[in-house]
Amino acid sequence: MHIVVCAKQTPSTTAVLAVQDGKVTWSDPGGSPDIANPWDEYAIEEAIRLKEQHGGTVTVISMGPDDAREALKTAIAMGCDEAVLISDDAMRGSDTLATSYVLSKAIEKLGDVDLVIFGRQAIDGDTGQTSIQTARRLGWTAFSFVSAIEELDVENRSITVTRAVEAGKLKAKAPLPAALSVLKDINEPRYPSFKGIRKATKYMSSDLRTWTAGDLAADIEKVGTAGSRIRWPEVYALPPKEGECTMVEGETPEAAAAALVDKLFEEKVI
Amino acid sequence: MSSIWVWVEQNDGAIQAISSEALGAGRALADALGTGLGALVFGQDIASVAQQVIQSGADTVYLCDHETLAEFRAEPYATLLSKLAGEHKPSAILAGATTSGRDVLSLAAVDLEAGLVPDCTALTVVDGQIKATRPVYAGKLISNILAEGEPMLLSLRSRAFPPAALDSARTGSVIAVEPAMAASEISVTLLGLEATEGAVSLTDAAIIVSGGRGVGGPEGFEPVRELAATLGAAMGASRAAVDAGWIPYAYQVGQTGKTVSPDLYIAGGISGAIQHLAGMRTSKVIVAINKDPEAPIFKLAHYGIVGDLFKIVPALTAEFRKRL
Repeated sequence: MHIVVCAKQTPSTTAVLAVQDGKVTWSDPGGSPDIANPWDEYAIEEAIRLKEQHGGTVTVISMGPDDAREALKTAIAMGCDEAVLISDDAMRGSDTLATSYVLSKAIEKLGDVDLVIFGRQAIDGDTGQTSIQTARRLGWTAFSFVSAIEELDVENRSITVTRAVEAGKLKAKAPLPAALSVLKDINEPRYPSFKGIRKATKYMSSDLRTWTAGDLAADIEKVGTAGSRIRWPEVYALPPKEGECTMVEGETPEAAAAALVDKLFEEKVI
Repeated sequence: MSSIWVWVEQNDGAIQAISSEALGAGRALADALGTGLGALVFGQDIASVAQQVIQSGADTVYLCDHETLAEFRAEPYATLLSKLAGEHKPSAILAGATTSGRDVLSLAAVDLEAGLVPDCTALTVVDGQIKATRPVYAGKLISNILAEGEPMLLSLRSRAFPPAALDSARTGSVIAVEPAMAASEISVTLLGLEATEGAVSLTDAAIIVSGGRGVGGPEGFEPVRELAATLGAAMGASRAAVDAGWIPYAYQVGQTGKTVSPDLYIAGGISGAIQHLAGMRTSKVIVAINKDPEAPIFKLAHYGIVGDLFKIVPALTAEFRKRL
């Protein structure tokens, strides 16, 4: 089995964001401002578990600027075998259409891939569509919102998953190769071991490969802004909430509850 | 200007609420652009849906009634949508930002080399071009998005747009179309749905009652559940309560859970971590019940009660029972 995880570096979940002229910057007074996208840890964990069960290799790939290495480092520290950073100035400004093109070219270059796993979405762009689009470009089946892998049948080359959809839990099967995007309830990601972190530090400084658009033999018209079909000229912070919180009080819990219910009827939300 | 299209989700012959919202939004765009509204209805035994869709604002319905489309699968649905769009060249295609709508539009965007904007919360027309508004960075920021080329694909967040106004006198045309994939070409086999019974869906709910770390344990959700049941509300939870194992992940509201926008959000024992606030801040009215008067949730809330949720929440349930 060759399993690929597509991961992304994102701002930390506690990052304080600032935006000026449509450009977003961030800092995190409490810790590292850049992290592996939290959803991707579930994808990495699932890939490692499948490898432990079926044997094979796990390769993690990440598209981003040259210094976007947190996701790859985390993946190696957790137990992935290989990591590739896909980075090229020509890829800047990519929307998901362009990103999926680049990722599909990288997966084709890896050559013998059976399964690609994504986290549900990245916590910056929040689109959740790159997994499906990458699979479509490869001509593979994509399963989104996967909450469990029921069976990976290596011999008969098929995968059976449970997806969490609005109506409940939907079980479905497709042939390999396939792509998945996974939810939080699929597993509990492991913490990297001390040994894993040391291995990752060494790997990042000496073994990490970087692929450019040229290495992927990518059509330059399909990457970056040239290959993108949407633009986001305006980004801004939500205006702060107007008005104070009205504190509702009462002599007893019952009196406070009655006063609050009065307010809610006045608001016509009941 | 070529027409606006909506992919309509139906279940057993009834239009889904989110699709009614998409038809309403599509009609508004079509009117602003001076063009027509097309609707795509796929499934089996769905002839009755076409009239509902016309009454909801569609001028033309492309209806594919076929056994390969009886149960939703993204592959044959998206392939048909892409084929029809390639033939008729709509300027935009709308769908609900449901698990199905996201899949269909993601596949079609690749087929059509089209720009795709998920989770739209507002759509406007500026100089004859559609401008989509959507939250990014877990709702901490808002982004306005334009597309280059057509069609522009847009998925709409639940409850962000009013449902379509029904007009039983409206007329429109229904065009029967053939499926784009044969049964043997479809790679996915469905193996059964284990339906969630009874529970109100968080993303569709008009009222949500949530519990957090303050509920103290799995049994602490009982008063929350009772208040939710009394109000016909959905129940939610903060990540702290989910991570503690008190309630399943499906109930989680926030950055790595569900994003919700009800008319009323009641938070009991939730301090208001930024990740939780990101998932519910667009609620119309927010009520916080917390024993800590300094809890950050009070900064976002419209109404607050400082006190013990195990006393306040049952008292609220009793009061609502008296008055509803």
